[in-house]
Amino acid sequence: MARKRRGRMPRNKASAEKAAKTATPKEEAIEVEGTIVEPLPNAMFRVELANGHRVLAHVSGKIRMNFIRILPGDRVLVELSPYDLTHGRITYRYK
Amino acid sequence: MLKSAREIEAMRRSGRVTAAVLTHLMQSVRPGRTTGELDRLAEQGILAAGGVPTFKGYNGFPGSICSSVNNEVVHGIPGSRALREGDLLSIDIGTTLDGYVSDSAVTVPVGKISRNAQRLLDVTHECLAIGIAQMQRGKRLGDIGAAVQRHAESHGYGVVRELVGHGVGRAMHEEPQVPNYGDAGTGIELRTGLVLAVEPMITEGSRKVRMLKDGWTVVTADGKLAAHFEHTIAVTENGPQILTLRDYAEHPEIERYRHANEVMA
Repeated sequence: MARKRRGRMPRNKASAEKAAKTATPKEEAIEVEGTIVEPLPNAMFRVELANGHRVLAHVSGKIRMNFIRILPGDRVLVELSPYDLTHGRITYRYK
Repeated sequence: MLKSAREIEAMRRSGRVTAAVLTHLMQSVRPGRTTGELDRLAEQGILAAGGVPTFKGYNGFPGSICSSVNNEVVHGIPGSRALREGDLLSIDIGTTLDGYVSDSAVTVPVGKISRNAQRLLDVTHECLAIGIAQMQRGKRLGDIGAAVQRHAESHGYGVVRELVGHGVGRAMHEEPQVPNYGDAGTGIELRTGLVLAVEPMITEGSRKVRMLKDGWTVVTADGKLAAHFEHTIAVTENGPQILTLRDYAEHPEIERYRHANEVMA
């Protein structure tokens, strides 16, 4: 009895090459230092970056998991997405 | 995934039952026979040999054989359909003996068939022989599919993509998948102990297929003929060994298939 083809076996050479070419690697996020300006609801903060930009940032799950408190005036590391430079993710609080 | 020599010997015993029952069915094919009668013959034959029909109950399949006529490619359900002169019938059968499965299939003419049908039959059988010839130690899985595809398409036929051959062992469908298309030099390396069911499914016209509402029968989208041959083959030190090889010397009335058997010898 024949078996149904499982998985993404390429149907032909053309689709095999296309799959290899258009596979998108994970984008590099931009890490910047900043200072917390003011807290906003829902664990969001306005952060002033080293370059003067003010961005909206949310607290990363890792920080929440470890019960780390973030207060205005803290120096933090923010990850910015290359797709939207006005939103970021707070990934580290400096001592 | 790889089988020991002892396991291959057990599978050979299973393969002999499959081959014998399939031969008996081939001799029984004639206009007026129903696919259901062939199914019953198969079931009796397998049980008499001490085995169990692998297909029966597999995901709910109701028969011991798959009987696929003309534009049906594979997995036709045997029933009250009567065979007619000129039909092209594919019989697929599996036996489980002492826990080991063997799977084999043939496409046979019912009475006299058209020249186009005979050519499709011959080419498909050659595809199987050519695929088996690729099963040498050191070659790769993709070599099998590439060879089958090249041969079939060189005659203008279509190679079905949605269904593939498979590894065989204690279960009917094991890793790896063995497509009938592909690129030579790709895929896993073939090693001693690998047992594969190679089953080229070749269509007269377009390679596109669809499934009927019964949830099993696969038919050609353009309604043209399709042929299917299958053997269970082990890769050994001395090359491929067909575990489901039918013994033609004992059955002179199927001499006409001997030429293809010699291609595989």
